[in-house]
Amino acid sequence: MLSAVDLAAVWLTFKLATVTTAILLMVGTPIAWWLAGAQSRFKILIGAVVALPLVLPPTVLGFYLLIALGPHGLVGQFTQWLGWGILPFTFAGLVVASALYSLPFVVQPLQQAFEAIGPRPLEVAATLRASPWDSFFTVVVPLAKPGFITAAILGFAHTVGEFGVVLMIGGNIQEKTRVVSVQIYDHVEALEYAEAHTLAGGMLLFSFLVLLALYSRKGRSAWT
Amino acid sequence: MTADEAIHARFCVSWPGFTFDVDLDLPGHGVTALFGHSGSGKTTLLRCLAGLERRSRGSLRFKGEVWQDSERGLFRPTHQRPLGYVFQEASLFAHLSVQQNLDYGRKRVSHTHPVSLQHAVELLGIGHLLDRMPERLSGGERQRVAIARALATSPALLLMDEPLAALDLKRKSEILPYLERLHDELDIPVCYVSHSPDEVARLADHIVLLSEGRVVAAGGLRETLARLDLPTAFTEDAGVVIESVVADHDEIYHLTRLDFAGGNVVVARRPEPVGRRLRFRVHARDISLTLTRAEGTSIINRLPATVIEIASADTPAHVLVRLDAGGTPLIARITRRSLDHLEVAPGKPLWAQIKAVALLA
Repeated sequence: MLSAVDLAAVWLTFKLATVTTAILLMVGTPIAWWLAGAQSRFKILIGAVVALPLVLPPTVLGFYLLIALGPHGLVGQFTQWLGWGILPFTFAGLVVASALYSLPFVVQPLQQAFEAIGPRPLEVAATLRASPWDSFFTVVVPLAKPGFITAAILGFAHTVGEFGVVLMIGGNIQEKTRVVSVQIYDHVEALEYAEAHTLAGGMLLFSFLVLLALYSRKGRSAWT
Repeated sequence: MTADEAIHARFCVSWPGFTFDVDLDLPGHGVTALFGHSGSGKTTLLRCLAGLERRSRGSLRFKGEVWQDSERGLFRPTHQRPLGYVFQEASLFAHLSVQQNLDYGRKRVSHTHPVSLQHAVELLGIGHLLDRMPERLSGGERQRVAIARALATSPALLLMDEPLAALDLKRKSEILPYLERLHDELDIPVCYVSHSPDEVARLADHIVLLSEGRVVAAGGLRETLARLDLPTAFTEDAGVVIESVVADHDEIYHLTRLDFAGGNVVVARRPEPVGRRLRFRVHARDISLTLTRAEGTSIINRLPATVIEIASADTPAHVLVRLDAGGTPLIARITRRSLDHLEVAPGKPLWAQIKAVALLA
């Protein structure tokens, strides 16, 4: 049903979304934690920066990333100095771009979860001799588990669905940067509607199932 | 009390519209009630003692150990202070069972355990709840678990922030006996925040009265409550606490006699056996004064007393009269007219008629 090229695109998409989600959970958690607790003036500023990808056209984000990561960009020069080469048109470049693009989808549910927990459980843990790190992992993370799951699902699904950023920063290289959404575009361009249908239908089903899972989770209120 | 046994606290912290500024010595034993209206700074004091108010400036020495000294930049974080804290509302970890909640603090304490978990569980009567999740507990059960969890860390200081406030009267009376056992069986200094005079009278040995972020009075419970120079906010509810012993039961009339230094009172039959210690509280508004031992009255409890001092009360119509009834202080709230009519003055012998006695058990 799926050709080898299509399968490669599916596998690449899955790999990209998994790696991106893992990185986002690691990077997004401290950002969300800071945003949830901060009383600093920069909170609004950082919050707005994190939310930018929600409203920015993906091509704009992709364009600036292409320049920044490129051979003359600041990040590009840094990666070259490190001996990594330049990132655009590589899988690593896609991961960086996807992570930025999906950042708000991970940070916002986490921030909401942390805000809902409030400072009290941490104070309780402190009076029971738990250090701040200890209480973060033994109290905050378990209590914010629904938030982590929502963040992971949204981050993963949103990365699977991206198109514009990928096209700008990754181009269209088979098994390296050609993800499902780009592959569908290719099929349509080539008037291969049957193949496009298969992939597009798969994406539709996938997206629907993700939302179904998400909403059924919301129906089950956790620890309230 | 040697200096090393006490708690010396000096804190200053301010928010817009509220300044908290206290300097006090707390005894290193027994139950100290922090009493005052809401917004008086009771909880702030407790949080400062626990180290939960990082912005507070000042110093705190607990039995010779420095916990905070802002001048020298010292601040021992909460998790390194050997204390237990019971919050006002249920504070159990929702993702852990009762047993796991109890273990949470205990596992993190390295020193030996003078209070065993077993003892805490028995003291609070929660043995049958260990496998339950907090959401399946009643409000009273949750607070008992929270108290046991704090005790299981063998704290050197127990801080309790209105642990009964969120509970209805029935749950309150369910927990109070456990708190009394705590007081009797464990030698841990307790700071107990409350705005309920009855709770304070029942549990406390010492009292700190707070008003608008300042200490108004501090000292032994009975001496402090018998003072007349407290601000008006505290005099409307003025009264004394008396320690008595159950002396005799009258089965015919269904009454019980309670003896104390300087006299006795008769109350409706109590279930406690003869010899049991019992605290009771007499509100100033429940004492009236007569010049002679009045006969032909339905009031049973009449005590000979001598006037010590007179002070103004919460309304211009009333005064507070402090009396000495054979060593036991009493406060009566009478009208200014009666004061003049009876020619009440310091040194004058009178009879105090007690209309009602609030038993605290």
